Amino acid sequence: MGIDVISERQVGLVSNESRANARRRTSLFGDRLLRAATLCGALFLLLVVAGMAIMLIHGASTALGHFGPSFLGSQSWDPVRERFGALPSLLGTILSAGLALLLAVPLSLGIAMFLTELAPAWLARPVAAAVEVLAAIPSIIYGMWGLFVLAPAIASHLQPLLSRHLGWLPLFQGPPMGIGMMTAAIVLALMVVPYIAAVARDLFTMVPPSIKEAASGVGATRWEVMWHVVIPFTRSGLVGAIVLGLGRALGETMAVTFVIGNSHHISASLYKPSNTIASTLANEFTEATGGLYVSSLIALALVLFLLTFVILAIGRILVSRTALQGERAT
Amino acid sequence: MRTWMASSCLAALLVVSAVGCKSSSASSQQNLSILGAGATFPYPLYAKWGDAWHKSTGTKLNYQSIGSGGGIQQIKAKTVDFGASDAPLEPKELDAAGLVQFPMIMGGVVPVVHLEGVAAGSLVLDGETLGALYLGDIKRWDDSKLKVLNPSVALPAKDVTVVHRADGSGTTWIFTSYLSKAHAPWKDKVGTDKAVSWPVGVGGKGNEGVSVYVQRVDGAIGYVEYAYALQNKLSTVRLKNAAGKVVEPGRASFQAAAASADWKNAPGFHMVLTHQSGADAWPIVGASFILMYKEQKDAAKASELLRFFDYGYRKGAEAAASLDYVSMPEAVIDLVEKMWAESLRAEGKPVWPAAAR
Repeated sequence: MGIDVISERQVGLVSNESRANARRRTSLFGDRLLRAATLCGALFLLLVVAGMAIMLIHGASTALGHFGPSFLGSQSWDPVRERFGALPSLLGTILSAGLALLLAVPLSLGIAMFLTELAPAWLARPVAAAVEVLAAIPSIIYGMWGLFVLAPAIASHLQPLLSRHLGWLPLFQGPPMGIGMMTAAIVLALMVVPYIAAVARDLFTMVPPSIKEAASGVGATRWEVMWHVVIPFTRSGLVGAIVLGLGRALGETMAVTFVIGNSHHISASLYKPSNTIASTLANEFTEATGGLYVSSLIALALVLFLLTFVILAIGRILVSRTALQGERAT
Repeated sequence: MRTWMASSCLAALLVVSAVGCKSSSASSQQNLSILGAGATFPYPLYAKWGDAWHKSTGTKLNYQSIGSGGGIQQIKAKTVDFGASDAPLEPKELDAAGLVQFPMIMGGVVPVVHLEGVAAGSLVLDGETLGALYLGDIKRWDDSKLKVLNPSVALPAKDVTVVHRADGSGTTWIFTSYLSKAHAPWKDKVGTDKAVSWPVGVGGKGNEGVSVYVQRVDGAIGYVEYAYALQNKLSTVRLKNAAGKVVEPGRASFQAAAASADWKNAPGFHMVLTHQSGADAWPIVGASFILMYKEQKDAAKASELLRFFDYGYRKGAEAAASLDYVSMPEAVIDLVEKMWAESLRAEGKPVWPAAAR
């Protein structure tokens, strides 16, 4: 707008100063309108988040007042005697999401690396498209596939194999049923891979070729280029991608409910059924009667809300810190 | 929370009633729309009855299967014309809310097993052993207690995998009610509810989740609605009932349970049909209940609703049987309709018997 006015002046077309002023006024008005509208949108979003938090706190107050801080540490989940504790679901949520990331991060980085550095063009494009398709598949499909295809395969192949070689670890003990924490973590990992892989691929393509060529020029191997140049260069973005994947893993409901076995018992074995906060809510909310039961479920939701919040915050801090380091390094 | 739910339901109701008004203004005044919500178990039947009723009278039945808990909440929030629950409310709770309840339809719950080498339907259990299995006290299929009940069955030396419902469910309520009555340690340690603190086992979501897990694991035992077991050809067990007789699951043994119950002396029709004393009674049977307000606001709607329920009782038996539900015995229907005449009022006047249209 300003440039516009100046250019008009420069070519001597400002015969009518007032006309330009009028134009400025209308566009100022337009600017204000745009500002107000976007501000409203942003405030509305804040309001929704705040409203959610207030509603969750309000709904959870009965349970939190009744159980106090022991709600977080208690293992019992007994609707008959109205004794509720978040520990099994909370641990299940963190463990399933953590295991999923443990599997998904190396796999996604490998996919992204292959797509950007190694794959021939005729292969890179279909694989990239397949990754995007994976991201678009509804979670219920993952759940059904996990239950009908993956769980039996794990029960009859993977778990017996693990028991035979690593059975001395408590992690791999118990009857190989195929329904439990292990299957849930694998399904979650597959659901998270496309998110991390797609972002990582975009990040890797943004690394200036000159840097990579320079590294190769001083005799670095492909692996060294990747490990010492590309990954450090994209570190902050990668942390963001992983946090995004973690967010999805924490909140995933349907697919987990199908395969995790839904049991409120804490077990060291990955073969045993477990539970997450999201799956507990999906299972029990509809038929929950009685104030304390409903309130305890809402308190669980509040715990998940806070957990996600804390993890996103940590992710932000990590991103900004690695970004700073990156700036200092260059 | 409740107000939020109430308001969202109110919004849904407004939409529904607006649609209803549109259609009624288009034709005659007689086209009513009835809104109900609650238990998922009777949903297929209510939908079928509602469809037939709509064709013959023009009245639309809109039943939302949101679960028994939801049904109770909705009727208490007065957002629906009737609620439906698989577990009966206590007479105290009914009176406090000004509600009446009556049983509409019955179904049985059957334990299902997956035991390679054991013929379907040959395994016999009783309340004690079923309770011990679900408590985790019986861990293997060749346990001596099971052998006593099954002298002629070659029980495999396999671990027991217990499968239960993961979601809150009327089916679980009926099943745990039976275990509480038939196995004292169950009552002490676990109790009766739509979701309980399961001592052992894996949880499947819905009947389908339980049946998938049972079919998946050799040595598994679960419990599902009879109709579901029948339609999916699951391997059921026979049960030794309270009279000491071994019975097979089926409509005859379910009806025997309802017939042997003493409905007359059950205030508010608060009757749990599990562990009944009849010689041929299947021990895990439950009725699905309807909840209505004693004081009805709209006389025309109330009598239309009762006409619909009467149609279900008197003419809906065939539809019920085709979907593997069990109809209420004639004597119980008469008791219910007597209660309608005595208790239900709209603007101070009785709404039943309704005038024929």
